[in-house]
Amino acid sequence: MTRVPSVAPEDTTPPSLFARYAAEGGVFDELRDERGKIRPHYRTLLDHLEEIGLGELKRRSDSARRLVQEQGITYTVYTDSLGVERPWQLDPVPLLLSQTEWVGLEAALIQRATLLNQILSDCYGPQELIRSGWLPPALVFAQPDFLRPAHNVSAPHGTFLHFYAADLARSPDGRWWVISDRTQIPTGAGYALANRLVSARVLPEAFRENRVTRLARFFRDVQAGLARLATRRTDDPRVVVLTPGPYNETYFEQSYLARYLGYSLVEGQDLTVRDDRVYLKTLSGLERVDVILRRVDDDFCDPLELRNHSMLGVPGLLEALRAGNVAVANALGSGLLQCPAFMSFLPGLCRHLLGEDLLMPSVATWWCGQKNAARYVEDHFDDLFIKPAFRSHLRGMPPDRSLTAEERTLLKRRLAFQPELWVAQERVQLSTAPSWTGSELAPRPVGLRVYLVATESGYRVMPGGFARIAPEAGGRFISMQRGGASKDTWVISDGPVEEMSLLQTGAGSVELRRVGNNLPSRMADNFFWLGRYSERADASARLLRATLLRFQPESTGMSLPFLDPLLATLELQGQLTPSATNPELRKNPEALEADLIGAIFDEKRNGSLFSIATQLQRLGMLVRDRTSTDLWRVVSQLGDRLKPLEEGQVLLAGDALGILSQTLLHLASFHGIARENMTRAQGWRFLDMGQRIERAYYLCRFLDSALQSPEADNPSVLEAVLEVADSTLTYRSRYNLLPDLAAVYDLVLLDDTNPRSLLFQLNQLEKHFQRLPRERENALPSPAHRILIEALARTRLLDPRDLSRVSENWSATEPGLAIRNLLRDLPRLSDAIAVSYFAHSTISRAAVK
Amino acid sequence: MTYLITHRTLYDYSEPVTVSHHAARVKPRPLRNQRRDDFSLSISPEPALRKMRTDFFGNRVCFFSIQELHDRLEIVATSRVTVSPETPPAATLSPPWEEVRSEFSDPVSPEVVEPYQFAFASSMIRSSPELADYARPSFAPGVPLLVGALDLNRRIFRDFKYDPVATSVATPLEEVWRSRRGVCQDFAHLAIACLRSLGLPARYVSGYLRTRPPEGQPRLVGADASHAWFSVYCPSIGWVDLDPTNNVQPDEEHITVAYGRDFSDVSPVSGVITGGGRHEVRVAVDVEPLEIDEDDEPLPYDPTDLDSVDPEIYRDPKPAPASGPSID
Repeated sequence: MTRVPSVAPEDTTPPSLFARYAAEGGVFDELRDERGKIRPHYRTLLDHLEEIGLGELKRRSDSARRLVQEQGITYTVYTDSLGVERPWQLDPVPLLLSQTEWVGLEAALIQRATLLNQILSDCYGPQELIRSGWLPPALVFAQPDFLRPAHNVSAPHGTFLHFYAADLARSPDGRWWVISDRTQIPTGAGYALANRLVSARVLPEAFRENRVTRLARFFRDVQAGLARLATRRTDDPRVVVLTPGPYNETYFEQSYLARYLGYSLVEGQDLTVRDDRVYLKTLSGLERVDVILRRVDDDFCDPLELRNHSMLGVPGLLEALRAGNVAVANALGSGLLQCPAFMSFLPGLCRHLLGEDLLMPSVATWWCGQKNAARYVEDHFDDLFIKPAFRSHLRGMPPDRSLTAEERTLLKRRLAFQPELWVAQERVQLSTAPSWTGSELAPRPVGLRVYLVATESGYRVMPGGFARIAPEAGGRFISMQRGGASKDTWVISDGPVEEMSLLQTGAGSVELRRVGNNLPSRMADNFFWLGRYSERADASARLLRATLLRFQPESTGMSLPFLDPLLATLELQGQLTPSATNPELRKNPEALEADLIGAIFDEKRNGSLFSIATQLQRLGMLVRDRTSTDLWRVVSQLGDRLKPLEEGQVLLAGDALGILSQTLLHLASFHGIARENMTRAQGWRFLDMGQRIERAYYLCRFLDSALQSPEADNPSVLEAVLEVADSTLTYRSRYNLLPDLAAVYDLVLLDDTNPRSLLFQLNQLEKHFQRLPRERENALPSPAHRILIEALARTRLLDPRDLSRVSENWSATEPGLAIRNLLRDLPRLSDAIAVSYFAHSTISRAAVK
Repeated sequence: MTYLITHRTLYDYSEPVTVSHHAARVKPRPLRNQRRDDFSLSISPEPALRKMRTDFFGNRVCFFSIQELHDRLEIVATSRVTVSPETPPAATLSPPWEEVRSEFSDPVSPEVVEPYQFAFASSMIRSSPELADYARPSFAPGVPLLVGALDLNRRIFRDFKYDPVATSVATPLEEVWRSRRGVCQDFAHLAIACLRSLGLPARYVSGYLRTRPPEGQPRLVGADASHAWFSVYCPSIGWVDLDPTNNVQPDEEHITVAYGRDFSDVSPVSGVITGGGRHEVRVAVDVEPLEIDEDDEPLPYDPTDLDSVDPEIYRDPKPAPASGPSID
């Protein structure tokens, strides 16, 4: 324990920032001792805060919020159906711990992790603890988290518990207690790291003066620890982070950690087991995986032997593990020890297994599977917090209110029926720490999660942690799901601190690289479709704008020739209601106008601009950790203007035109960011290929309709062609006369300097194919490439002057035929690319029984 | 009695499967009254990898994976098994059921850990006070355990209707309970749930049943199916099998393949495929009694699992017998 040195008299008068800082009686306050004196390790921070003053602290708190936003730190809240992500709530004022105290905490945590690992290794091995009566059999066998298929699957170096986190609370007497053990997928270390980067920037002076112990060494230990798990003899073992996907609550953290540690972030579908080895499916083929850092729950990891409907796992993983060809951290089944009932056995087990007393107590726990404990719980029913002992459908006491009489009877009955399913714990009293409320510093209940990793020389503790504060003063429960905020945790070192960062490794020079890790096929697939949908949105908006501009409901001339090709194209693309099903629609201007508005906003119409934008957002989410925050921001805001109309809301063509122009600008910034800010790596290549194919297709679709028009050479129709192909200005700068058939089609079909022309798209595609992996290695072109080569050759040979006979018979003209063929070949090209490059990713998984 | 059992599973996929991983629990267990004389497993297309292992419950499981494109998978397990008749234990002499229950409540002796793990909920079976209430009329105070279990077996047979279309492998027990209909798997689950709700260990047994053709008619080849029943643990006797679908105590006509906590532990064939589109599965089981040899010696009691000395090598799959099951 820290001895409180004698304090100068002024310390009893708190500075103005803390004028109203009144700690609750009966709880431990991190800032002040029971006599109201400031604890010495807070002194430097306090002086600093006092120096900068309230106004400046407010300003820095805002800047912390901005940093959080800029870094895209988010946490997914499940109940929030619309925007599933909430920005991170970060309190800029850290929680401070003195070095002296920290040393004690470290020793206790290392002991606990070592103990838990030994228990796990026994439960999944010889089960001596059960046989010799140290662990009640029911505690293991009644648990759904005891995975029988994982029994006797060994772990490299005997490390089942590679990562471990403990939730700590400080009781009124100043002792730290463990309130829960996180043994399966300890989350939050990445958030702690993100918090550190923000807090160190927001309070740089205090951070420096306080000699805060750096976190980087811990993450280097993580890297070394994971590399050590590889069973293959290789200098460069491949480690991947297995994520449940972007809809998981801590997806941000997973991608953040993967990036920070330099690992690929993969989903179950990216991995495949062949010959009992795990491989990552990439554009260049299958690549061996040595270590999987998993963020997928135990029983979801292998649908063959565990929960068999899981789409998140890797079928055959357990067999690969048994064969010793891959390592998973934490070992499958490690969730077993997350069961709170184990806590009551730890003191005895610690003496038995380690020959030591348990250094840090756990919150008092009674497992009702034991008769004596059950009796105690029955006698103290209302003083305890009763909850399910195991993961189950059962509900215990609600955390924030007391039971109703009815609930009380039900719970008592359940407890009597199957006591082994229940555990009771003492209600926890948290300490309070100074926290920024937005206007002042006030004491708020705080809980601390600390992290450990297994290394060659035993467990190492992250010097710091993930502190969470309750939203209100008397709050006892802390949950990010319930809207609490987090804090950085500073361990105040006594001596100089080691400067280190993983981002620039100190030792030796960095090996320069021009290519990143090979892109998983699934990601290439997502990028490809992101490109297709972004262009689809662009082309649809352009067509709709051209249509609405020419559409005048008050004029009776509905059969304007230049409107027909536009309407026909929109119809074929699923934007307008098919005229065959309702011919009246085209004759009635009001109905047509409503249909056109529907083509923009109707959420039920698959082809509507709104639906396209929704798809675009979904795809943007899937590639999010491989694109810039700006790109994501543009994509995520795209749908905002296109929200479906509310009941009874009327929108005029003029309003819609404004929205379409805005949308086009928005898309232009998307494409601008993609073009200017993405490295020319595989992701960008597939995005651009998708975009080129889609643009070529829309152009052909519209030209095909325009050429079929009886007035294909009418200047009004040709103007529409120029407009849809965004080539009006170029045309005027060259010809300066009324649109001429051959000249217009030359510009939009064959001019390879025009980025909107057909030939330009095909040429770009050809350039991409030259650089695709595997295309270069094979002597003969791939099926996809063959389709492109043929289309390109046919297009290059076209002569726009052939179109002079178009009004007699469009289908007899070479360009007309070529366009028709392209309408057939472009989808084939897209499919062929999918087969060659993403085939194993477009899988449908069926569990066979 | 010696049987030649052919268990054929056929999957047809609407689209090609690129990779598949499977687990098959189709190799009959050697037991006190059951001897496995012969076993072979043929898989087509030939798996890139196949291995036999013993699972947590001591069942033999074959893991295999196919890495070539295929749109049909055929798994044929052929076993020759000899089952000897056993005198059923005297039910009235079994201990009162409450005594058994207290043996399996805290503190439980580490010596009965093996049966004890069958006293808890498993993924398809959950205890409930309602099921305990249903079971209680069979278990009046002081009733010997096996007398109660036999009565429960009989009542399930009486109260529930055998209906092969009412349920599937995924039907939850609550639904079976509500509709009072199901098949062998459901009745076994139900009996196990009742016993566990009373605090008694019970396990699920998967296997085959010899079916007898109606009087005067020939045996239909391939008409049999996989079967399931349950087993209750009785101290001093061991596990005792009961078949609620037929209201019998399994004897010479039940062939045990595997046991576990419920169906999900012993599913005969399971797998995960990549690709494949929709699939159709057909299963045909043929239990053919072989000529009874008058000189057949009685089986010696062999407590050791014969599997432990089994070589991990497979014989070449035998050609299906000429009278083998047809799938159509």
